[in-house]
Amino acid sequence: MTALLQILFDALSLGSLYALGALGIALIFGVMRLVNFAHGDYIAFCVFALLWPSIDAAAIVFAGNLPTIILIPLILAIGAGLSVLSEILVFRRFRNANPATMMIASFALGYVLKNFLLMLFSSRPKSIDLWSNLSQQVEIAGARIPLLQVITITITIVILIALTAFLKRTRFGLEMRAAAENFTMARMLGVKANRVIMLAFAISGMLAAAIGLILATQSGTVDIQMGMSVMLVAFIATVIGGLGSLPGAVIAGFLIGGASVLMQVILPLEARPFRDAFVYGAVIACLIWRPQGLLAPKSAKQRV
Amino acid sequence: MAQRSSLLARTISTLIILILILVAIAVVTKLLGSRPFERTVVEMFIRVMLVVGIYIFVGNSGVISFGHMGFMCIGAYAAAWFTIPAVMKQVSLPGLPNFLINTQLPIFLSAFLAGLLAALFALIVGRILMRLSGIAASIATFAMLAVINVVYSNWDSVTGGTGSIVGIPFYTGIWTALGGAILVVIIAYLYQISRSGLALRAGRDEATAAAASGVNIVRERLIAFVISAFVIGVAGALYGHFLGVVNPDAFYLGVTFITLSMLVVGGMNSLSGAVMGVIVISGIIQLLRWLEKGVDLGGTTLAIPNGLQEITIGLVMIVILMFRPSGLTRNREITWRFKGATKPSE
Repeated sequence: MTALLQILFDALSLGSLYALGALGIALIFGVMRLVNFAHGDYIAFCVFALLWPSIDAAAIVFAGNLPTIILIPLILAIGAGLSVLSEILVFRRFRNANPATMMIASFALGYVLKNFLLMLFSSRPKSIDLWSNLSQQVEIAGARIPLLQVITITITIVILIALTAFLKRTRFGLEMRAAAENFTMARMLGVKANRVIMLAFAISGMLAAAIGLILATQSGTVDIQMGMSVMLVAFIATVIGGLGSLPGAVIAGFLIGGASVLMQVILPLEARPFRDAFVYGAVIACLIWRPQGLLAPKSAKQRV
Repeated sequence: MAQRSSLLARTISTLIILILILVAIAVVTKLLGSRPFERTVVEMFIRVMLVVGIYIFVGNSGVISFGHMGFMCIGAYAAAWFTIPAVMKQVSLPGLPNFLINTQLPIFLSAFLAGLLAALFALIVGRILMRLSGIAASIATFAMLAVINVVYSNWDSVTGGTGSIVGIPFYTGIWTALGGAILVVIIAYLYQISRSGLALRAGRDEATAAAASGVNIVRERLIAFVISAFVIGVAGALYGHFLGVVNPDAFYLGVTFITLSMLVVGGMNSLSGAVMGVIVISGIIQLLRWLEKGVDLGGTTLAIPNGLQEITIGLVMIVILMFRPSGLTRNREITWRFKGATKPSE
């Protein structure tokens, strides 16, 4: 029972990260059909914003020393700002380009961001001590769960509820949902395209910042590659969930997280190094089974 | 038949021009006689093979594939299995079956077999994957790449795990690489004017109309997928003989993105775009490397700071795409006529 609870918490906290990432990618895809490959680099950028630029092995913590109450909004603002800035400077000019061109443009932007960080900080992973007291364990129903896992899951749930409320209850949320459903029609009915898209980028950037903070606290290191793996899985999750569907993205994120943890447990020992191969195999099976995704929005259906 | 020959006559100039450009680059490089520069050009020719290989599938079918570098991985490792001396294989790759350990094939035969192995893999996987289209197909090919990478990174006794396998004979020089690049361009050209290639292009532009005219899109896609896998498998083998070392991460995300970027920057729906994309991007990278090393200007050396090269190449790609969203060649082929160049099969 306790082992089961442990597995459940592992799965939920890993799934939380993937779900937040998938949400950030799905939001932007919904409004402008852009698969944003720079998302992983937003995550890394937000984490490196905690440090002072130096190429030494030891991290010089700068912004990371601020009191939590200021630090969190600051990092979220940096994420949102970076994301909105990339919309204004780059993606705005690609509104009418085909998806492949936009995708490569976003990849090129991510490449620029990554190498910018490399130039300032070098490629060596640095250790950072961010809220390390959160790694202590708490006892829930007999199982010892790291406090951080509980917090990660709680934060994710809070974010999901807040975002749902925002999308369902406010005017901006309504506009965003309308734009995701049918962008042209929404514009005809008076939704301002720039405002909706910038809002989507801002929220997506904040989600990236949140992931960055959680990752940095979890691993205690800062690494240029840290956003990459989350971004890839998140990207897969948005497709499995049904491109453009926000609930689908979240569910698929949790599913992939759950599948990874579960396979780690149930696979025989000699097959464990190949775990990711099984996870990606499951991804292919899922795509064959439902090519449109688990929860495909109506607008995704191809019309003839 | 009459129509076929006229299509050949109308489009053959593209093939000739592209081959001439490649030969010219090789000859100029030889005349310059700089060893490091020659290695850069060899690498560029291998990239031409890779990008044109991707183009055979992506350009003709319109489905973006993130998975083709998996075939490069298969090809490069197959070349390692076929050509490393038996004594070394017994030590470094003890898990190989006996007949593989004891055979050591000539390089061209081994490269051909490496391509066949990649093609066979593509045939099996493609039968499932080619049923998907659009972004779902892209993700599925990416998942395929990830599976290949995980397997080759962890199957230690056969692939040496994440470490590198050394001992692959050095062979690929500038003429081999040039030959490979020309061969691949010819294959791509013949495929795109073949019945299957034209049907696939029709399916790319108007899926419903093409299907209504009797085009079996899944089948044509599978043909293109297998041909491109063969080409990339051979390119992987030549790459192995160029570096003398293989390791699985050389065939993962980095090379996937750089080759796709070259294709899109060049213009992903035309063969000329695939070739020109490689030449232009490689040219810019080389130029920036020289600048990074420093240019001698009247006694003072001007150099751009380290790391700026990568940033600049990213920015250049963004700017090119901003002004030419459909690529440098605007998805057209280069032909003799400078004005009103013919669009491919449109």
